[in-house]
Amino acid sequence: MSASAVIRIIARRELAAYFESPVAYVFLVIFLLLAGFFTFTFGGFFERGEASLGAFFAWMPWLFLLLVPAVGMRLWSDERRLGTIELLLTLPVTTWQAILGKFLASWLFLVIALALTFPVVITVNVLGDPDNGVIACGYVGSVLLAGAYLALSCMTSALARSQVVSFIIAVMLCLILILVGFNPVTDLLARWASPSVVESVAGFSVLTHFDGLQNGVIDTRDVLYFLSVIAFALFTTDVIIRSHRAG
Amino acid sequence: MIKVENLSKAFGAKLAVDDVSFEVSKGEVVGFLGPNGAGKSTTMRMITGFIPPTCGKISVCGFNMLEDPIPGKRRIGYLPESAPSYQEMTVRSFLKFAAEIRGLRGEECRRAVQRAVETCFLESVYNQTIDTLSKGFRHRTCFAQAIIHDPEVLVMDEPTDGLDPNQKHEARTLIRRMGENKAIIFSTHILEEVEAVCTRAIIIDRGRIVANGTPQELKARSESGRLEDFFRAITLPDTAHAVKEAA
Repeated sequence: MSASAVIRIIARRELAAYFESPVAYVFLVIFLLLAGFFTFTFGGFFERGEASLGAFFAWMPWLFLLLVPAVGMRLWSDERRLGTIELLLTLPVTTWQAILGKFLASWLFLVIALALTFPVVITVNVLGDPDNGVIACGYVGSVLLAGAYLALSCMTSALARSQVVSFIIAVMLCLILILVGFNPVTDLLARWASPSVVESVAGFSVLTHFDGLQNGVIDTRDVLYFLSVIAFALFTTDVIIRSHRAG
Repeated sequence: MIKVENLSKAFGAKLAVDDVSFEVSKGEVVGFLGPNGAGKSTTMRMITGFIPPTCGKISVCGFNMLEDPIPGKRRIGYLPESAPSYQEMTVRSFLKFAAEIRGLRGEECRRAVQRAVETCFLESVYNQTIDTLSKGFRHRTCFAQAIIHDPEVLVMDEPTDGLDPNQKHEARTLIRRMGENKAIIFSTHILEEVEAVCTRAIIIDRGRIVANGTPQELKARSESGRLEDFFRAITLPDTAHAVKEAA
């Protein structure tokens, strides 16, 4: 059986597991409510007087900060707590196939959540004449951003047997990735560090790389940044799981 | 079918399994005995590829489990200790997953699930989620996933633990019947079970094999002719071990 077939079967089981528990629906409702609230109330969607989803996408790094670790926290900690990891890893699958299958399933779940925000796209199209290319680009950015957060949550979930611990560490890591590029923080840093240092520190931030994408610019460097965060975190997940097994 | 050579596993400074070698061939049902903490589960986890050994060789059906574990894993059915399973899944979806991940498709997959359900008497709970099942049914569900692909090798960690006397009897009958054309190794604390089911018994104490023979041979080595007396004579209770360490 091919590796892709194995990954597909694992991913399908994982995705079904989300929808077999009420948590998935609770998550979707909270995500959509908050997305709407941030866009229309905090983001001042109507007051802006422009036909764009800037108000919607600008909040994504913050909204995902709490919600993505909540989706990812159970991925491996549950397997370890319930002992099903022993079942999963003695099946004819490699650790990599299991990691990828689980990661892709929860990423797909987040893509579904994002897809369900389609009413804002309709709204802005009814009210005005937005650049839909920019909007599509914003969605691509959001998907990549969710993937980066999720891979980190996947890693912390392999680290801790408790979902709560894994959630908290994941939120901290994602928060650091936001803050190193957050203006108040970079301004503070600029007081005593040279601009090149500030710039390279900010280069590690999701905000820096999400910015271009939400404004409609697909820069290969930004895409590469998100993909390398994902690759790094999943690679570390593999190392963590291996070390647990080696005892 | 199972060939273990000079297998050792160290957890830190503690040697959990110490230079263990044995073979299990087709048609044999081997009982794996020993006090708690003797290294039974660790040995089984190494055979099934869950944890890597510190040194030694393992082959299953002629496939090296350390260099290329996937072909070997395909031929093993494994029932881990405490019979873990995915709680939120139904018995049906869990068994379907177990069959598909082992490469069974379409009609073949449907028949395999049906056969496992019949063998393990799961018809009445087929559409229930696993977390609503009683312990006996959960245990049988996990057992069903181990035999779903009609494996050549069956490894079971305390398969009758926590079952009621009727269920124990059923499980033993099943193991004896399947032992006719498979290689089976299972751990247990119940010595009558060994006499009733096994063609051979291996006794392990503090990581080392201290006896390996048919139940009749082992019984004959005790003055009273009882397996229990032999077991107690050659293994140390863990309290005695602790006293020795302290001294």
